[in-house]
Amino acid sequence: MADLNSQIGKLNFKNPVITASGTFGYGIEYADFIDLSGLGGIVVKGTTLHPREGNDYPRMVETPSGMLNAVGLQNKGVDYFISDIYPNIKDMDTNVMVNVSGSTVEDYLACTEKINDLEKIPAIELNISCPNVKQGGMAFGTSSKSAAEVVKAVRKVYHKTLIVKLSPNVTDITEIARTVEAEGADAVSLINTLLGMAIDAEKRKPVLSTLTGGLSGPCVKPVALRMVYQTYKAIKIPIIGMGGISNQEDAIEFLLAGATAVQIGTYNFIDPTVSVKIVDGINEYLDRHGFQSVKELVGGLIS
Amino acid sequence: MKKYISDWTVKENVCTHSCCLLKLRLDEEEQTIFPDFIPGQFVQVLVENSPSTFLRRPISVHFADKSKRELWLLIQAIGEGTRKLSELKPGEKLNLIYPLGRGFTVPKKNENIDLQINSDKKLLLIGGGVGVAPLFYLACCLLKSGYRPDFLFGARSKDHFFNIQAFEKIGKLYLTTEDGTCGEKGFVTQHSILKSTKYDFVYTCGPKPMMQAVAKYARQNDIPCEVSLENTMACGIGVCLCCVEKTKKGNSCVCTEGPVFNINQLLWQI
Ligand SMILES: Cc1cc2nc3c(=O)[nH]c(=O)nc-3n(C[C@H](O)[C@H](O)[C@H](O)COP(=O)(O)OP(=O)(O)OC[C@H]3O[C@@H](n4cnc5c(N)ncnc54)[C@H](O)[C@@H]3O)c2cc1C
Ligand SMILES: Cc1cc2nc3c(=O)[nH]c(=O)nc-3n(C[C@H](O)[C@H](O)[C@H](O)COP(=O)(O)O)c2cc1C
Ligand code: FES
Repeated sequence: MADLNSQIGKLNFKNPVITASGTFGYGIEYADFIDLSGLGGIVVKGTTLHPREGNDYPRMVETPSGMLNAVGLQNKGVDYFISDIYPNIKDMDTNVMVNVSGSTVEDYLACTEKINDLEKIPAIELNISCPNVKQGGMAFGTSSKSAAEVVKAVRKVYHKTLIVKLSPNVTDITEIARTVEAEGADAVSLINTLLGMAIDAEKRKPVLSTLTGGLSGPCVKPVALRMVYQTYKAIKIPIIGMGGISNQEDAIEFLLAGATAVQIGTYNFIDPTVSVKIVDGINEYLDRHGFQSVKELVGGLIS
Repeated sequence: MKKYISDWTVKENVCTHSCCLLKLRLDEEEQTIFPDFIPGQFVQVLVENSPSTFLRRPISVHFADKSKRELWLLIQAIGEGTRKLSELKPGEKLNLIYPLGRGFTVPKKNENIDLQINSDKKLLLIGGGVGVAPLFYLACCLLKSGYRPDFLFGARSKDHFFNIQAFEKIGKLYLTTEDGTCGEKGFVTQHSILKSTKYDFVYTCGPKPMMQAVAKYARQNDIPCEVSLENTMACGIGVCLCCVEKTKKGNSCVCTEGPVFNINQLLWQI
């Protein structure tokens, strides 16, 4: 049995498999299917300072080997999270992280400060793919300037592990990654969903109420893998890779491309047990190839 | 209610031109417990995974028999996923997540007073299209509780009814067709039985416009009414927040807070 421990910032993960925000609820929803302590970590649903109702239905459409979603960060706000959710998840034997979302820098900050007080939340994942309402709705993560602004502000008040989740909807993701690294992020996670669209030809109408939505699932994997690889070449802080992972081979490909850990998103819907299967699968791979530790795989492409 | 994921074996697949009745069995060897399904609940079916059938398909419980470890699904092939389900052969396996969602209110015997209905009172189950699927198991459970419901089903024409022989064995059956080839001509809400009989509780499942018309009838006549919604779903277990319907509590997930709702919970403009 190889050593699966992985290190992100100051934080140790018992294995490199984490479940992705927005696809795993608060973890409890999956407790009937898997032993949550078998996971390296859980990133809970995107949480904002104030409650959000999200977008109108229809918010989802299936696409070839994937899906588009336009949930619009529906959540009951950080105070509800602290009072009603946190007490039920704080004793889970895995790293529980909160995905912090916002529409202004002030909101991100206020939300982060509240999460900072929670002893059992060792890290946040800053979701900078959200629209910046003060800057005409362009996502924070699509320009170096606004990405830097939000990461700098949050870094000042947050001293635990800060993971910044990057948007793939940019010309050069490595530029944003370098900016975020320079502002003091402990790690980056990528990719968030790719902007896409679906049209109903019979009705001659867009399918989603918001016209466009975020693409996820196996169809995005090659794009995600390429971005992880490029980012690995560009920065020194650890990368958490994701996008379309559905089995251990996919996960190992991300590790080889340079990810220190991986997240599993959409595929949890198809197989709620996939995350723990991937932990076992990585272990089996390491043994079969004679590796002592999963760390040996990271960025381990043979040239 | 605890949820399970496991393989079921296809025992039988009886197809007519309009639908398929798929009888599944939970193998004894599968150490899993056969849960007490509530009518109106559904299962998430993993269709043979292909690019066009990536997500699981939500399908209602048409009938469940715990002693035989059997679960029946009634399927209308409208696309790739349901077509593949309709082609399943005995012996093949199907992976399900179950039981999901909140079902219909089945009054227990002797608790009639609380629910303001009792076995003298008249219950009506209104179905359109494959929406009759959950109503069969509901009817079976109502019967067990001492209620004999009436049925009112609508379809485009006489060839578009699903498995109605099974319902006839339970209670009185009223039909409407849009082209008048069977039963009364028109929509379910135009059927004469609604004028001649005062019902005490209405349950409905079918296309949304039909359910809204039924809800309107129920509201106008002050009849309690439960509807079963079919919003498109990704996860089916309350984590993706894709299946929402606007309710008095805000956006509610149909997969966990429904699929069955009392019409008073919904914000339908009726
Ligand atoms: C809680 C619930 C219970 C259901 N119970 C049953 C049942 O017992 N029997 C049954 O046959 N079907 C049932 N359905 C509907 C069934 O899930 C869909 O027909 C199926 O997912 C379609 O998959 P497909 O691959 O065949 O079609 P697709 O190729 O995915 O779709 C074909 C067409 O149908 C439309 N469509 C897809 N899903 C839905 C939906 N949920 N509602 C309305 N239109 C849709 C698509 O937009 C498309 O136009 C239920 C749905 C829900 C949410
Ligand atoms: C329904 C849904 C909701 C999501 N919600 C969030 C969210 O709140 N915050 C976030 O950072 N990412 C969110 N994501 C993105 C995922 O965490 C992940 O980055 C993306 O789906 C790619 O991985 P996958 O292909 O494995 O799903 C969401 C994805 C889906 C499908
Ligand atoms: S289908 Fe995912 S929340 Fe209902």
